[in-house]
Amino acid sequence: MSVHGLSRSQQRSDRLARRRAVNRLMETLAWLSAALAVAVLGVVVWSVAARGAGALNLDLLTKPPVPFSLTPVKQGVANAFAGTIVIVGLATAMALPVGILVAIYVNEFARPAARSGITLALDVLNGVPAIVIGIFVFGLLVVGRGQSGLAGAFALACLMLPLVARSTMEVLSLVPSSLREASLALGVPRWRTTLSIVLPQTIGGVLTGTTLAVARIAGETAPLLFTSSIVGTQVSWDPHRALQTVPVAIFELSESPDPADHARAWAAALVLLVFILFASLGARWLATRSRRKLGAAR
Amino acid sequence: MTKEPEDVSTTIEPTVRVETRRQPMPPRERLERVFQIENLTASYGPKPAIRNVSLDVYKNLVTAIIGPSGCGKSTFIRCLNRMNDLIPHFRQTGTIRYHGQDILARDVDPVAVRRTIGMVFQRPNPFPKSIYDNVAWGLKVLGMRDDLDGRVERALTQAALWDEVKDRLKASALSLSGGQQQRLCIARAIAVEPDVVLMDEPASALDPIATQAIEQLMHDLKRSYSIVIVTHNMQQAARVADMTAFFSISTGEEGERFGELVEYDATEKIFTAPADRRTEDYVTGRFG
Amino acid sequence: MSSADLTTDVARRPFTGRRARLGDLVLEGVAGAAALAACALVGLIAWKIVDGARLSLSTFGPGFVTRIAWNPVAGREVYGAASFLFGTAITSLAALLLAAPLAMGIALFLTELAPRAIRGPVTALVETLAAIPSVVIGLWGILVLGPQLRLHIEPWLHSTLGFIPLFGTPSPAGASIFTAVVVLTIMILPIVASISRELFLGVPQELKEGALALGTTRWEMVRGVVLPYARGGIAAALILGLGRAIGEAIAVTQVIGGGVFIHWNLFDGGDTLASKIAAEYQGATSKLQISSLISLALILLVFSLVVNLLAQWIVRRAARSHGGGTVRP
Repeated sequence: MSVHGLSRSQQRSDRLARRRAVNRLMETLAWLSAALAVAVLGVVVWSVAARGAGALNLDLLTKPPVPFSLTPVKQGVANAFAGTIVIVGLATAMALPVGILVAIYVNEFARPAARSGITLALDVLNGVPAIVIGIFVFGLLVVGRGQSGLAGAFALACLMLPLVARSTMEVLSLVPSSLREASLALGVPRWRTTLSIVLPQTIGGVLTGTTLAVARIAGETAPLLFTSSIVGTQVSWDPHRALQTVPVAIFELSESPDPADHARAWAAALVLLVFILFASLGARWLATRSRRKLGAAR
Repeated sequence: MTKEPEDVSTTIEPTVRVETRRQPMPPRERLERVFQIENLTASYGPKPAIRNVSLDVYKNLVTAIIGPSGCGKSTFIRCLNRMNDLIPHFRQTGTIRYHGQDILARDVDPVAVRRTIGMVFQRPNPFPKSIYDNVAWGLKVLGMRDDLDGRVERALTQAALWDEVKDRLKASALSLSGGQQQRLCIARAIAVEPDVVLMDEPASALDPIATQAIEQLMHDLKRSYSIVIVTHNMQQAARVADMTAFFSISTGEEGERFGELVEYDATEKIFTAPADRRTEDYVTGRFG
Repeated sequence: MSSADLTTDVARRPFTGRRARLGDLVLEGVAGAAALAACALVGLIAWKIVDGARLSLSTFGPGFVTRIAWNPVAGREVYGAASFLFGTAITSLAALLLAAPLAMGIALFLTELAPRAIRGPVTALVETLAAIPSVVIGLWGILVLGPQLRLHIEPWLHSTLGFIPLFGTPSPAGASIFTAVVVLTIMILPIVASISRELFLGVPQELKEGALALGTTRWEMVRGVVLPYARGGIAAALILGLGRAIGEAIAVTQVIGGGVFIHWNLFDGGDTLASKIAAEYQGATSKLQISSLISLALILLVFSLVVNLLAQWIVRRAARSHGGGTVRP
């Protein structure tokens, strides 16, 4: 009897030991997955930093590329930086006001059915692959007219619109309705309430969303391949012409067999990466700040 | 805590205490009516909130709406300046005549209604602007730009806040205490010179001292405005109100629950000699 | 006695004669137009892509999706999507297969295991990984990862697991489907992980404590309570990750090598729908070739629509069964 009982408890503790071992294994695997992700980030960032820093110099930012030179010359990708500034700036100018207006309509005016319809459309738009957006704008604006910075900017704006609209909707929904009521109860009309009371509350959040969206589209290559990629080597600020951009330049240089081109690709990637990481960090900082402010207003 | 009905007239001590401060009320026939509400029914979607409410609100009096929670007090007061229009699926029938004109009529502009009938809310909701701008913004938007500083000062003085904030008008309104914020909201509401001030449980989020200040304020304000106040606090109604309406929850034929007006009379009558059994139960604490 | 008689000297502003408020109309009109434009944009994209694909589809018919061909030589032009469909399927499914357990592990680590002090920073790092542009990942993939895989990992896998056709002879060219799979895994990992993390955070504490109070280990609690509770959301997150992998063009183009053939050797080159489109960006000249490229985009568009709507549907169904858990792409 006692022997039997002992063996049973023996069995039980065996099973417990096995359960503990499985738990230990799974926890270790979870730790390793997280470590792997962080390690990959570290390796990618380090690769770019180590290889890019060596090739990073003022020429990269100020000198245009020199094609087919047989002797080493000072060259950079100045045309790409100029083009990225123009195209991303134009895309933001197109997507930001429209995105904010869409969010205002959804949050302040739309009936529930329209609201879910528009939200769905934004989600679908957000899910369209960037390369398909590029092909779409190619068919819409490039065929028959040729590539241009404007076409590229429109393609990037298509990607940016759902990002800006969704993030603005999120902050608009955080504005306490008591503020709207306070204004309306004074006999202030709705449009005035929206523009003067509600919208100023969202500036921090909109800025955060826009910064993240800019960081995202500044690194996009696919929408530009068919809309603004066949370019000269001159620095140009004219959006009616096709403009080189940093991501497209990296893409082209990365497929070159010339190690000097690779060096410039790394350097350009470093600049792009630093910009994007700073923008993301800045947005994060803005987000916590504006959330604190909204919390205080509640 | 059951009490015998005969105790009713003597048990409610606060009523008696306030009685000494209250002016004798003139006969109701001689009072001017601000609102004449007839058969007001309001519902959110299919759910009725209040049914067939009819009552008159008189000029320069404080009218209190009391009743258990869920009886439609807030719904009712928000009908009076069309604030419920903002809620999707809200429907209302009946008439609310304000000085003779039906404000529920189709061609009435709710913005104009709210311009004349101001509102103070349950929780203080100052704009995230400076103290000065909280009062001045409405004035500017509504085109009352002449003597802006004077108007702001008068409104803050009327709201008994001026002395406390006159040295820091540029400070954020959010830096004020809860009670001060609520008085700021009252100043904001009266600055634009409304005719009626609706107050939806204005003291429910405040401490007793701030509550006392707001109640004192109501006594002063009723000289210039007609005030309708929703409160879940009977003692508060007894202290501040000239007229009191008691709402209660009823159950309809199909089991639906809705709020209705049970009794409406002079405050002292409601609290000392109510005509309806349900009012009596409520004011003597035998509800629920 | 009519009510009007009671009105005294106070000047009443009339409420009636309601004029439509211009400001309200303008703001609602302008904002509504913007919302309409956003919806119209989705329709315009679909219409423009279908319209552009028409020539190719009418030339090749439904055979377009089953033919293995991409021959732009004038006079002998023939195009088909089969090899790219295969490439897309094998790369995105393999990437999902690799990313799914890793993402679950990361999400569990961030919600259940990580010490409080490193929880925030690691979450931020995982999200930073998602912010790296695909062209930079691709650059790293072609110049750093690819050579490493070719020199070390691929030969080793081939020699140990070579009996499985997937692990065939490494191609000397350097670019391979396998590199594309690893790159895609890296790209979808942070997305699936951060959505899953939010899902796991949404599991009610009472449920978890209830399981632990039964004497379960942490893993048993996760398997018995957390994963089943978040099941719908996890499925949606995986589908969104799959969608992202299907649509990724740039990084894949950089590392996959290219080629119009179907084979099971992960260590040889190939193309996906998206990478084929990207690879042709300077070369498309004939109308038929452009139209065929747009046909590939059409297939991608259909995939992305299906994936998104499916994920939405799953989320809504899951949200109905228990109040919590929202997933957004």
